[in-house]
Amino acid sequence: MSLLLFDTALCLLLLALALASMLSRQLVNAVMLYIAFGLMMALAWARLAAPDLALAEAAIGAGLTGALCFSALARQQLDITAAALSWPQRLWPATFVVLMLGGILAALLQLPSVASPLVAVAQAELINSGVSHPVTAVLLNFRSWDTLLELVVLLLALLGALPVAPAEKSATSWSLGLSWSRLLAPMVILLAGYLLWAGASQPGGAFQAGVLLAAGAVVLRLNQQLNWLSWCNFWVRLLVVAGIAVFVLVALLALWLTPANVDAVWLSWPPLLAGGIILLIEVFATLAIASTLTLLVVGEPAPQHNRTESV
Amino acid sequence: MTNSAEQLSALSILLSSLLLLVGLFFFIAGSIGMLRFPDSFSRLHAVTKADSLGLGSIVAGLMFYGDLWQNLLLLLIWLLVMASGSVSCQLLARFAKTQQDKA
Repeated sequence: MSLLLFDTALCLLLLALALASMLSRQLVNAVMLYIAFGLMMALAWARLAAPDLALAEAAIGAGLTGALCFSALARQQLDITAAALSWPQRLWPATFVVLMLGGILAALLQLPSVASPLVAVAQAELINSGVSHPVTAVLLNFRSWDTLLELVVLLLALLGALPVAPAEKSATSWSLGLSWSRLLAPMVILLAGYLLWAGASQPGGAFQAGVLLAAGAVVLRLNQQLNWLSWCNFWVRLLVVAGIAVFVLVALLALWLTPANVDAVWLSWPPLLAGGIILLIEVFATLAIASTLTLLVVGEPAPQHNRTESV
Repeated sequence: MTNSAEQLSALSILLSSLLLLVGLFFFIAGSIGMLRFPDSFSRLHAVTKADSLGLGSIVAGLMFYGDLWQNLLLLLIWLLVMASGSVSCQLLARFAKTQQDKA
C-alpha cells in the first residue's frame, strides 16, 4: 500500500516536473526543473529494478546534461534572468514531444505480449561472456557493436561542438570552491574506479564511471584547475580517441587470434580472454568518455596566441 | 545490533520514529521557508540549515534499522550532502551578493 502510494506520487511528480520544465517561462528555470526531473527519473528506474539505468540517468540525465545546459545558457551572453519565452516558443517543443510520445506508444502497442526470448539467450551465454553481470555482458560482448558506435557518436558530438565553442570567459576561482573540488577529486576517482570494477558483476560500468570522472574534472576545471585538459593538448586528443582506438585494435586482435577452424566473427571475444578484454576496453572507454564529456561541458580555454592578438 | 524491524525493541522503534518525524518537520520547515522568505539569503539559510539538520535526524532514525556497514555508509552520505550543501549555499550566496552589488 505504502509502495503504491510512493509510486503514484513519483509518477505524478515526474509528469508535473516534465510539464513544468517544458512550459516554464525562463530557460534557467526550465533547466533546473529538468535536473529535478532527471533525479526523479533515476528514482523511477530504481523502483523498476533497473539499477544500471538509474545510475546512468542520475549521472548523465540529471548531472551532466544539466551542467551542459547551464554552460550553454551561460555562453549565450544573454541576461539569463530576463529571457522569458513566449507561448508559441514554449508550445512548439511540447507539440514535438507529444507527437514523438504518440509514435512511441503506438510502437509499444505493437510489441508481442509474450516475454522476449532474448533474456533466456543472454542468461545461457553468460558463462562464455567473461563477466557475471548480464547488462555488461550485453553491452560489451553480445552487442559490443552498439557500444563502439556509441563511443563514435560521443566523439562526433565533441568534434561538432568544438568549432562553435566560444572562448572561455576569464572567471575567478574562489578558495572555498577550490578546496571543496580538491577534497572531492580523490573521492570521485575512487568511486569511478569502483564503478568500473564493479561493472563486471554488479550494476556499474564504463559510462557511469566516465561520467562521474567527468563531473569531478568539470568541477576542478571550473575552479581553474587541470588547465592541461584542453583540445590543444596532444595527449588529451589521444585520450579522447583512445576508447575507440583500443576497442577497434582489440577487435582486430581478437579476429587475428581466432583459430582457423572457427568462423571469425567481428567483435566477438574468445571466452577465455573475454574478461580481460572487456576490462581493457572499459578502462580506456571510461577515460575517453570522461575527457570527451569534460571538453564538451567546459569547452576550450582561449588559445594563447589569439589572446595576444586581441590585446 | 539488530537487522530487522521485528527484533527492534519498543524503545528503539519509538526513538527512531521520533527522529524521523523531527527530520520530516525540519524538511517541511525548510521548504516552507524557501517558498515564503522574502530574499535569496534568508531562503538559502532556510533550505541549507534546516535540510542539513533534517537529513541528519532522518539518517539517525534510519540507523536503528541497518547493520554497522550500512550505518557507516549512511553517515558518509550525510556528511557529503551536508558539506556539498554548505559549499553550494556559500557559492549561491556569493553570486546573489555580486548581483545585488551590481544592481
